Amino acid sequence: MGYINKQRNILDFTLSSLGRRKGKNLALVAVYTFVIFLLASVLFFTHSIKKEASLILQDAPEMTVQRLVAGRQDLIPKRYIDSIRKIRGVQSVAPRLWGYYYDALSGTNFTLMANKDLKDRVGEIIIGSGVSWRSGTGKGKKATRKNDIIPFKTYDGSVLTLKVKGILSFSSELVTADLILVSETDFRKIFAIPHDHATDLMLQVRNPKELATIAAKITQRHPDTRPILREEILRTYNAVFDWRGGMIIVVLSGAVFAFIILAWDKATGLSGEEKREIGILKAIGWETSDILLMKFWEGAAVSLSAFFMGTFLAYLHIFLSSSILFEPVLKGWSVIYPHFRLTPYIDAYQIATLFFLTVIPYTVATIVPSWRSATVDPDSVMRM
Amino acid sequence: MFERKSDIFLIYLTVGVSLICLMFLDAAVSQRLDREAVRERREIVRVLTLTDLCLFTEARYTRHPTMADLNTPFQDHPVSLEHFPSGAIMAVPPHLKTQTQR
Repeated sequence: MGYINKQRNILDFTLSSLGRRKGKNLALVAVYTFVIFLLASVLFFTHSIKKEASLILQDAPEMTVQRLVAGRQDLIPKRYIDSIRKIRGVQSVAPRLWGYYYDALSGTNFTLMANKDLKDRVGEIIIGSGVSWRSGTGKGKKATRKNDIIPFKTYDGSVLTLKVKGILSFSSELVTADLILVSETDFRKIFAIPHDHATDLMLQVRNPKELATIAAKITQRHPDTRPILREEILRTYNAVFDWRGGMIIVVLSGAVFAFIILAWDKATGLSGEEKREIGILKAIGWETSDILLMKFWEGAAVSLSAFFMGTFLAYLHIFLSSSILFEPVLKGWSVIYPHFRLTPYIDAYQIATLFFLTVIPYTVATIVPSWRSATVDPDSVMRM
Repeated sequence: MFERKSDIFLIYLTVGVSLICLMFLDAAVSQRLDREAVRERREIVRVLTLTDLCLFTEARYTRHPTMADLNTPFQDHPVSLEHFPSGAIMAVPPHLKTQTQR
């Protein structure tokens, strides 16, 4: 009981002492909270998007085979299908037809894809919900609805009008926002793709363990091809949002450096007022350990306040406001941007990482200079 | 009731810890509620044979990063600098770095 009472007395004194420098400490907590908010937001966003990608893309094609010409992806001749099908272990090979269509009316890039379900339904399309909002014309720019018509400019400048026969669900926006599904005939009509060519090939194999061997055999038979495995697709999303790459490292390093400056300022020394306070406390009989305890509580009060607030605000930001602050960065120059709400995937490891990266260093940085001052003669400290 | 400042601080800490617990609870509930939507997206990916998330639609190598090659960001000129904002956000897909011929 005595121990707890002692801690509470010291905590009372610490909080009063912080209260005497209210303005400075509130500003400190605000900046500290913002740094943690930024770090936690990046951590939550990247982890959740990676998790989402790994769940959704689990059923992506097992292997996609592209053809490269002069270092760029080119149309693949359909005759490759027969020779690839002959490779032992290959279950099926199917051509895929897809590409990009720039709609000058709305200034939008759409992904056009031939769909086998529309094979006998020439003139019909199924669109993603992002497309329905962007392809709407007129003053009020109403969303495109079922049975509306969307004009497409073909390769020779003529216009092909296709009727919307379905809109993909809003919940699938994360994968289909800019997608337009057309029949193979219409796809070839728009882009003048020869009938004996496809965009790429899709493979299914009998034993997934043989994927690498089959990929090697394909490149051996067709050196101008590039097989992409499902495993590589999954790895891509793990890597593109890796904390060590791209803009994420810029945001993270900015926040980390701001935090280092904050902690450095604390670690390099105490203000004259703080030193005098330590001197007086020692003169009236406080032990060095009591002063260190007081400084520990001071660091803990500031850093824990910022930690809880920053982490919770970051959670609200990413999962309840759909990362509203990151949206301009993520949108870039995109006209279509999926309005998705990320499923919160958080774990104790993330929170612990955040805690050990922020709370512990700051608390330690508060104690160290105080220990230096607390071990000097009180008289000399007060005269400083 | 709470005359001492330490009481108020301890209550604040308790609220903070509760908020973190609430986050985990909300995450668990949301994951359960979103399970069907995730399953639907997964099914769409399987049926439509999709390979990428639709996150950045401004450039083809950021719309379909898994299908891109190392040359596409520099399609305008061999030494032209990458100019799409999303190209700065995402890192290069690992399979492009490991196989030089890609």
